[in-house]
Amino acid sequence: MERIPILKMGPYLLVTIQVDMHDRVAMTLQDELTARIVSDRAQGVLLDISSVDVVDSFIGRMIGNIASMSRVLDAETVVVGMRPAVAITLVELGLALPSIRTALNVDAGMTLLKSSRKSNNGRPAR
Amino acid sequence: MAVLRDERIGLRSMDDIIKARQVVRDCAIFQGLSLVDQTKLVTAASELARNTLIHGGGGEMRLQALNDGSRRGVKVTFIDTGPGIADIELAMKDGYTTKGGLGLGLSGSKRLVNEFEIDSKPGKGTTVCIVRWK
Repeated sequence: MERIPILKMGPYLLVTIQVDMHDRVAMTLQDELTARIVSDRAQGVLLDISSVDVVDSFIGRMIGNIASMSRVLDAETVVVGMRPAVAITLVELGLALPSIRTALNVDAGMTLLKSSRKSNNGRPAR
Repeated sequence: MAVLRDERIGLRSMDDIIKARQVVRDCAIFQGLSLVDQTKLVTAASELARNTLIHGGGGEMRLQALNDGSRRGVKVTFIDTGPGIADIELAMKDGYTTKGGLGLGLSGSKRLVNEFEIDSKPGKGTTVCIVRWK
């Protein structure tokens, strides 16, 4: 079965989705990513969906779940690179993903993660 | 109305849903739909193909490229012989779900296409037909 690689970049994890998402691949990613957040003491996750040309409600829910799960594990998720056609479709579908932070590309997403960490004064270092 | 293409694809596994997304995309490109319209149609097809598999116990998808003289479009029909839907009006409501999903499949896909028809009889199965015009 195809797997989605999880790359470590300093205190962050970078996940680039480049395959046409199979439901089972999505479930495996949730399991592996949450395990890696804990084992790598990651402070944030960048979820790059710039190669994804369809986000239906299942994949949208998976993205929302990943963001919620990592938040519970004290890591922020930023979804980066959403295509304009996907954004239009998601909103019309009724899935605006209000609780998810987004950035236009990986660079901007990284900046967002760094700045959100700095503003958390008093948080114990990992 | 001329039918330029007509093909049928079985929907029996998750792999079939991915294949269905790809053939719908190909057909939408063939018919000259814009990128946004392609994405809307493929997303709606993905939702409905998943319904056919999960709620209908599998079935088939019929894909047709249409030309009615002045405009071109893509028609996709999802057919299953599953348990059917007792209350279509309720099933079409945003957020209504029987299998723990988000409840956006039917209502959401209707918003993504130009034409949407659903026919279901309890015990006989469900047919959903969508059309997106260029």
